Amino acid sequence: MQMPRMLRQLMHRRIVMVSALVLLVIAVLAIGAPLFASIDPNDTAVLERLKAPSAEHLLGTDELGRDLYSRIVHGARYSLAIAALTALGAVIAGTVLGLMAGFFRRLDAPLMRVVDAMMSFPDILLAIALVAILGPSLVNTVLALVLVYTPRVARVVRASTLVVRELLFVEAVRALGVRTSRILWRHILPNLMSPILVQVSFIFAYAILAEAGLSFLGVGVPPEIPTWGTMVAGSQQYAHQAFWVVLFPGLAIIFTALSLQLLGDGVRDLLDPKLKKGA
Amino acid sequence: MTTANNNQTPRLTVSNLSTSFPTEDGLVRSVADVSFSIQPGKTTALVGESGSGKSVTSLTLMRLLPKTANAQVSGSASFVTREGKTLDLLQIGEREMRSLRGNQLSMIFQEPMTSLNPVFTIGEQIAESVRLHKGLDRKAALAHAQRMLELVEIPAAAQRIHEYPHQLSGGMRQRAMIALAMACDPTLLIADEPTTALDVTIQAQILELMRRLQAETGMSILFITHNLGVVAHHADDVVVMYSGRVVESAPVRPLFAQPEHPYTQGLLACLPGKARQPGQPKPKRLFAIRGQVSSPLAPPPGCAFEPRCDLALAECSAAMPPLLDIRQGRQARCVRVQPDQTLARAA
Repeated sequence: MQMPRMLRQLMHRRIVMVSALVLLVIAVLAIGAPLFASIDPNDTAVLERLKAPSAEHLLGTDELGRDLYSRIVHGARYSLAIAALTALGAVIAGTVLGLMAGFFRRLDAPLMRVVDAMMSFPDILLAIALVAILGPSLVNTVLALVLVYTPRVARVVRASTLVVRELLFVEAVRALGVRTSRILWRHILPNLMSPILVQVSFIFAYAILAEAGLSFLGVGVPPEIPTWGTMVAGSQQYAHQAFWVVLFPGLAIIFTALSLQLLGDGVRDLLDPKLKKGA
Repeated sequence: MTTANNNQTPRLTVSNLSTSFPTEDGLVRSVADVSFSIQPGKTTALVGESGSGKSVTSLTLMRLLPKTANAQVSGSASFVTREGKTLDLLQIGEREMRSLRGNQLSMIFQEPMTSLNPVFTIGEQIAESVRLHKGLDRKAALAHAQRMLELVEIPAAAQRIHEYPHQLSGGMRQRAMIALAMACDPTLLIADEPTTALDVTIQAQILELMRRLQAETGMSILFITHNLGVVAHHADDVVVMYSGRVVESAPVRPLFAQPEHPYTQGLLACLPGKARQPGQPKPKRLFAIRGQVSSPLAPPPGCAFEPRCDLALAECSAAMPPLLDIRQGRQARCVRVQPDQTLARAA
């Protein structure tokens, strides 16, 4: 009886550990991209086009002879930066909205109806529409994705705020003469950190996928900027001659998104003793 | 012996306090025409069953009723500050009220388990209040927090200030709550059933602690409880509330010796000690007041206690009897009580 449970918990921990390690490696590669990949990611060499992986080109080259390894490593900078900015923006905006809606009852209905309306659109469709309005660029992609994911965070934060605001300690700090704004930011917000942290990791993962999707559809980042999405999008028609042109950037997307999701799951289980017991 | 008749100005004088809440089914008068006072360094107990308006009274005084409740408050509450200024707690601005809360006016709550913020250490929470009101820096505030924990007899205070609420037991948490409430040396402490959630031995310790702190600091206490045993030991004056109204108020000894209002008599008869008469081997069945509190939406036309009263007369259901002065420092709201002519004056 005891063994499988322990084993399962260990496995669980191991998955979290492996995910964290994968993300760490990707992050280090992205941050130190010029060190780890000395070939310019935009250097074209027509004679070297669509070369299979070799010692010279670790992951092969694409249709313009650009080094795929270098492009993935440099592309990680853009892909991760877009995802990180999206997660950050959505979490900040969603937290503010959710706190306001949950704490000030008068704001609740108007704010949450807007949130509901935004959530009634499929994520990618809304993002496409927004980019179409704003025009495709790096900044606008982030902006569109922030707008898409903000309602999701706002809902979670609002629900948690509704629970925390009713706890007696809120009344107790009020009885100590603490002003409302301080109660909101200093006392209630820290109590919401675990659901917010979980949202950060999930949105990070969704944003990587969404950016890739948008770029693939040609409405995301302009094709001259190497992101994992633009790489798959640009090279897709050569996939039947040289599978590596889509396989490697695709794998980068999958590994990163999967690791983030698993990490998010792990963090959630770790922070929620009720879920941990049930699992 | 009697404490209500000394000549000091009371720390807090509440007159004709009423709090009503508009609901979909009409206006609910939770507190109606309540008057009492608390002397400096003394304890006034507010006694009554659930729903009698005790907690609403305290929240009204602290101005902590939720805005969404749209409470309608009338009456006055004159509070004498440390500096000797007299303020009406119900009239002053929110800013001024906030500077009093936690500083001169403190409150401790019934549930020590949830009245501390779970994500901050005990020390940080006490320090916050001190920094807010006394303007101490972080280090001085934490040192003060440690002294406060020592004052409320929490062992190993130097380590406890770095611990989180979940690491403390219920009794320890209530001590920490008291330390938090006492941190700025308040002149009036409102204790809303501070021992109800604790087991009996811890209750006694907490009450003893509060008594000691009161003796040391000279603060006044408004003690809200339904526990008459606690009242007998710790209060100087008692205000008995029923259905939002004061039905009897008196210094503690005369009240227990000779309760005037049938409700007070009933409450005292409910105590287990009363069931066992001296000289009788078999205890009687424990007395209980029959019936239950009438709905605040449909109060009886006369005395609120009349439907449950064993001594009710015909006139009881006609009109609400006034709160009459009966003897020195004593008042009761019952048609059977004869006012003392020599003392009679408007309450």
